[in-house]
Amino acid sequence: MDLFENDATGIAALVRSKSVSAVEVATTYLARAERLNGLLGAFILLNQEVINQARKIDDKISKGIDVGPLAGVPVAVKDLLCTKDIRTTAASKILENFVPPYSATVVERLEAKGAVLLGKTNLDEFAMGSSNETSAFGVCRNPWNREYVPGGSSGGSAVAVASRMCPLAIGTDTGGSIRQPASYCGVVGLKPTYGRVSRYGIIAYASSLDQAGPMTLTVRDAALALEVIGGPDLRDSTCSQIEVPRFSENISPKMRGLKIGIPRQFFQSGLNGEIERVVRNAEDLLKEAGAELMEVDLPLTDVAVATYYLLATSEASSNLSRYDGVRYGLRADFTKSPAKTLEEFYARTRSEGFGEEVKRRIILGTYALSSGYYDAYFKKAGQVRRLIRDEFLNVFEQCDVIMGPVTAILPFKIGEKVSDPLAMYLNDVYTTSANLAGIPGLSVPAGMTEQGFPVGIQLLAPHFEEQRLFNVATAIEAAAGMKGRLPDVIR
Amino acid sequence: MSSGDWEAVIGLEIHAQLLTRSKIFSPDSASFGGGDNQHVHPVSLGMPGTLPVLNEKAVELSVLIGLALNCRINKQSVFARKNYFYPDLPKGYQISQFDVPLCENGYIDFFVDGEPMRVEITRAHMEEDAGKSTHHGDGTLLNYNRAGVPLLEIVSAPVIRSPAVAAEYVRAIRRTLRYLEACDGNLEEGSLRCDCNVSIRQKNNPQLGTRVEIKNINSFRFIEKAIEYEIQRQIDLVETGQRVVQETRLFDSVKNRTYAMRSKEDAHDYRYFPDPDLLPLEISSSWIEKLRLGLPELPFQRVRRLQIDFGLSHIDASHLADERELGDYFEEAVKVCSNPKSTCNWIMVELLRELNLGKIEIKNSPVSPKNLGSLIQFIDQGTISGKIGKLVFAEMWSSGRRPDQVIEEKGFVQVSDNSTLEKIIDEILAKNSGQVEQYRSGKEKVFGFFVGQVMRETKGQANPDLVNSLLLKKLRPPL
Repeated sequence: MDLFENDATGIAALVRSKSVSAVEVATTYLARAERLNGLLGAFILLNQEVINQARKIDDKISKGIDVGPLAGVPVAVKDLLCTKDIRTTAASKILENFVPPYSATVVERLEAKGAVLLGKTNLDEFAMGSSNETSAFGVCRNPWNREYVPGGSSGGSAVAVASRMCPLAIGTDTGGSIRQPASYCGVVGLKPTYGRVSRYGIIAYASSLDQAGPMTLTVRDAALALEVIGGPDLRDSTCSQIEVPRFSENISPKMRGLKIGIPRQFFQSGLNGEIERVVRNAEDLLKEAGAELMEVDLPLTDVAVATYYLLATSEASSNLSRYDGVRYGLRADFTKSPAKTLEEFYARTRSEGFGEEVKRRIILGTYALSSGYYDAYFKKAGQVRRLIRDEFLNVFEQCDVIMGPVTAILPFKIGEKVSDPLAMYLNDVYTTSANLAGIPGLSVPAGMTEQGFPVGIQLLAPHFEEQRLFNVATAIEAAAGMKGRLPDVIR
Repeated sequence: MSSGDWEAVIGLEIHAQLLTRSKIFSPDSASFGGGDNQHVHPVSLGMPGTLPVLNEKAVELSVLIGLALNCRINKQSVFARKNYFYPDLPKGYQISQFDVPLCENGYIDFFVDGEPMRVEITRAHMEEDAGKSTHHGDGTLLNYNRAGVPLLEIVSAPVIRSPAVAAEYVRAIRRTLRYLEACDGNLEEGSLRCDCNVSIRQKNNPQLGTRVEIKNINSFRFIEKAIEYEIQRQIDLVETGQRVVQETRLFDSVKNRTYAMRSKEDAHDYRYFPDPDLLPLEISSSWIEKLRLGLPELPFQRVRRLQIDFGLSHIDASHLADERELGDYFEEAVKVCSNPKSTCNWIMVELLRELNLGKIEIKNSPVSPKNLGSLIQFIDQGTISGKIGKLVFAEMWSSGRRPDQVIEEKGFVQVSDNSTLEKIIDEILAKNSGQVEQYRSGKEKVFGFFVGQVMRETKGQANPDLVNSLLLKKLRPPL
């Protein structure tokens, strides 16, 4: 087996047992990423320092120091996470040359457990998008068919893992941005419970919804990664004080007696037939394994997208106001025609720096928050959000896990939906409610379409019950036979 | 229509900088000064991905102030974002409190010309300060040292009717904050900033007139002057058939007038919403009660107590209660000498003069309250005269020694011995027979001359009462 076919757990085991050096691992992956990135556009930046980082890991190992469960594992981090002294762009021109003097907590924790930073992955600008086409640094391509989108916004991270440029990547999920590209690219993607993972150092899109999570080749890796990146953080007041259990050691694929809820509303018109087939197939697999399947009701599903876009854009309009050209990042060129007013200074910088989708969302959010509309939009959306959360809590009285599709449609061609933002927003119909409710959600590959695209299945659990997701996902992983399938492009 | 028909309606917003070591949401220093952009942390600069973490000390000081201002402390309050663009506002929004502030519905009592006065306080909410812009020709320089410094904004109800009361109100707030050691109240350094809302209306008209805000006035005198000017300006406008425009004005202390800064047309829509990076602030009743028990006696109560307990005049009591340390000093000195009136005089005249001259804070006074009390005791017991007392005080001030040490070393003990004094007086009378004749022939003014001679002879140490009675006796015409 080639080195790159290992999952993160496998690589760490090889490095810790000195079967292979961390430097060798890093060199292999860096070369592979350099070769494939031109085809796929998964990375905005590759970190040449990764070899030096790996050397330090080897030094420690040779001295008998335990470097942690991710020993020598090259990780790719969505370029929305700040990396100390390494350029961090959020895929926006406005942050083109921003080099943060601090790292995100997630990055610090990965490095503290032996991981080395391979690079910064591509994304939709400021994580706003579901196709990775809004990046200021070029589109990212789906490794199963390069004419197609990889999904987004964590498209680069999904592609990096799917094409084995690294075994572990970090994405962020605000309305499905980990789960949807994970499904489109055939990797495991976890959006943890809101507050499970610190947001410190993650460039904010919608603060009350954003959550970082792992994108991996195996469910076991996702569990291990969450153990590393999760847990209380004094620098994030919204981060939960609850300690992270040893998920990876507690995975149990035993399905007997487990109640799995299938929301009726996830199977209405608009759902692609092939996706439905994969989900129904998974239902059968789980039933055979002894799980009890039941239909459940989530009637607020059809208002989730509207609620999500009101809240997310409102928060975004505020979060993005700091990009004004005053302190860092892009400033419009005023040498030829100086700005006459402060407003002009801001307007020119922001007009130049932000892409269309970002501008669209800032304007939407500004509108929803403005006086006279606040009550009708922002406040109302907040009330609906509470109802959606309550709806989930009610359903989880009946079942342990909810299962359904991740997306309504299959990967589409690059450019195909660019002019129809509303259609793209609607593709988030099954993912946004988990962010609104704050519950964890996971996408695990469960089948292939006739066109040769992987299809993921979404699992949802109550707050802080990620273990249930790992358990069910492991059962699907084992039964669906998707593990180890490689897209042709990477051979 | 005469001006007498008009009534001013004044409300004040006071921004008090809380005396914390670090900023409200970040670990950088909150102290004044420092090099340009020296106290800046990625969090207070609002750099991408950074998140605010609330400083507990800032909450504690805010609750203390709220309690001292008789406010209801909300056990759950909410931090909101106030969105607007300005270069010295790093995040593009200020974290403040809006719908649910920490403190609500309070009041403060204070004295105006000896009469008690109460002003209702609508609310007091926590927020972060912005940075500072300085404009130089075409360019603007930004200093973010102040960005993120914790503030409490104290908002009065629009119940003040006169400029003098407005100024007294601000003084009373400042005094209270300083008693609590929650704010140093330094107007020049901006740690206490005051905005005044002024409108006029005809007396007996319950409806409020158009309001004008005067921003950032940095002295008590200017508060009074700015409001005075503004009231008159508004009356003049209305009486000449014009109308008052809602706007923000600034006060020019040189020309003694207010001028327009921006009109309401430029007013922002702040798009307040709860800050998703901060959970609602929850505080327990037990913590509030603990802080309540730790409240010191406040100035208003202290003035009353000083009057009652020590029989001081209102003016004396007010002076002593103006600063917590001054009042403490007084009370400690009185404990030693039990002479409040004299202690008050000594503090007001001698001690404050020296402190002011040397720009020394009372807590660093070389003369301790105990030593001052003991000095007063020596005077009251007749060990030294009041005059000598001043010499002793000067020596105590420069050397920091106890009065008994100074008296003994300098031999300042008062001469109260009859035979010694009689001997001196006899000699003086013999040497000045002319003056003796004058006195006996009715020029009683000459008496002072003899007293002076005795004092000179005894280097001021003669007991003045004794000198008087002995002189009277000796100068009586021989029978």
